[in-house]
Amino acid sequence: MCSEAMEGAMQTESKIRADSGTDPGPRGPGCSLRHFACEQNLLSRPDGSASFLQGDTSVLAGVYGPAEVKVSKEIFNKATLEVILRPKTGLPGVAEKSRERLIRNTCEAVVLGALHPRTSITVVLQVISDAGSLLACCLNAACMALVDAGVPMRALFCGITCALDSDGTLMLDPTAKQEKEARAVLTFALDSVERKLLMSTTKGLYSDTELQQCLAAAQTASTHVFRFYRESLQRRYSKS
Amino acid sequence: KHSASLERTVEPLEYYRRFLKENCRPDGRELGEFRTTTVNVGSIGTADGSSLVKLGNTTVICGIKAEFGAPPTDAPDKGYVVPNVDLSPLCSWKFRSGPPGEEAQVASQFIADVIENSQIIQKEDLCISSGKLAWVLYCDLICLNHDGNILDACTFALLAALKNVQLPEVTINEETALAEVNLKKKSYLNIRTHPVATSFAVFDDTLLIVDPTEEEEHLATGTLTVVMDEEGRLCCLHKPGGSGLTGAKLQDCMSRAVTRHKEVKKLMDEVFKSMKPK
Repeated sequence: MCSEAMEGAMQTESKIRADSGTDPGPRGPGCSLRHFACEQNLLSRPDGSASFLQGDTSVLAGVYGPAEVKVSKEIFNKATLEVILRPKTGLPGVAEKSRERLIRNTCEAVVLGALHPRTSITVVLQVISDAGSLLACCLNAACMALVDAGVPMRALFCGITCALDSDGTLMLDPTAKQEKEARAVLTFALDSVERKLLMSTTKGLYSDTELQQCLAAAQTASTHVFRFYRESLQRRYSKS
Repeated sequence: KHSASLERTVEPLEYYRRFLKENCRPDGRELGEFRTTTVNVGSIGTADGSSLVKLGNTTVICGIKAEFGAPPTDAPDKGYVVPNVDLSPLCSWKFRSGPPGEEAQVASQFIADVIENSQIIQKEDLCISSGKLAWVLYCDLICLNHDGNILDACTFALLAALKNVQLPEVTINEETALAEVNLKKKSYLNIRTHPVATSFAVFDDTLLIVDPTEEEEHLATGTLTVVMDEEGRLCCLHKPGGSGLTGAKLQDCMSRAVTRHKEVKKLMDEVFKSMKPK
């Protein structure tokens, strides 16, 4: 059971400008994601687990499955996916339900449920700390946990958050303060094969051209995230 | 004909594909065509504002009640708009009575996001006395018949009902510090933008159809809802997972959303114009 803390910045520092979470500093257009790190297989009970850190935002994900499913919830020809998102404090509310639906539908689009009919795959996400870009971090943690559990998937997915401020400047991976001051915050989930848009949820007002700009920037940034996934997994499996 | 209805039950996807190949749908619509939309406002006398929207068979009724409340401590000059979408067993076999299920909660959150993002009303307009008294608008959206595309119907019903809301004038009596409501003097809300939702269903990862019925939603591999205001700004791009879309496909959706906005705006203007002499 080797748990490896994978410092994303070490491998890809030359490509991603490392930013400490608290002090955003000047961010240029294009890719400027925060420093991220991932650790897999850190919990003993779930079939797969992963912890994903983006700057100061941290989410822990655990995956159980394919496992037994309740007869009321079973689907005859594919696996039933369930996502539980627990906030850091308080009871889960309507906003969590909405996010759970987003994450679940994103996972359903990539997980090959047809290989495990009448089973259930449960993804449990616990927010450890929230310093902006929470939904994107949840998506990344869920993806890494699904990989760790060995759930067959047709592609990997990653979450990217874009913020647009009042003069239209694009910021990727905003901190909590930047999100609050932004005019619009857009979160996308992109798949690894063709960088297609799997999921999107937005807050605030923006124009059509700005949407296309954000989408293009998110697609470029996702290349870095996928490269990080690949290196993280390579390091883990090369040692064992 | 007997075999067609049998195929529809046993192999619904194949049945559907045969129609999609001809660029149409079983109910005779084209891929980019909306169902007949009708709207009726002010039908609930006991509510401060109400509307009934029918999108084909999907029926949503919205009732708005205005009550007094204390403004939030972190925003003392703002009121509240509290939406709630109720999907009861009346509208579809899928829902059970009891606490709101997932679909109702997601729809409620979606409507709350649309209100927040589009700035349909300025929350400051709802404040009566800063820090002490403000209006709270409880918007109840009840689905009477669920035949798909609930989000579009709810957004439209909410918009029409908000335009119908009349709030009485409230003055704070200096001596007694109590609120005095003048029911004879009512005014409409200041609706700043008109967000209109357009929903699409993705079939077989490539084909986009507008305004899916419940059957189509069930067979679809993904859904997308675009909420646009009259200036072409997007308030919400809600794509909860499902098959991937390219930027170009999104662009097509945007243009369809723009035309839909014009259709809805025209319908609303007609309805409100016919109501004016009161």
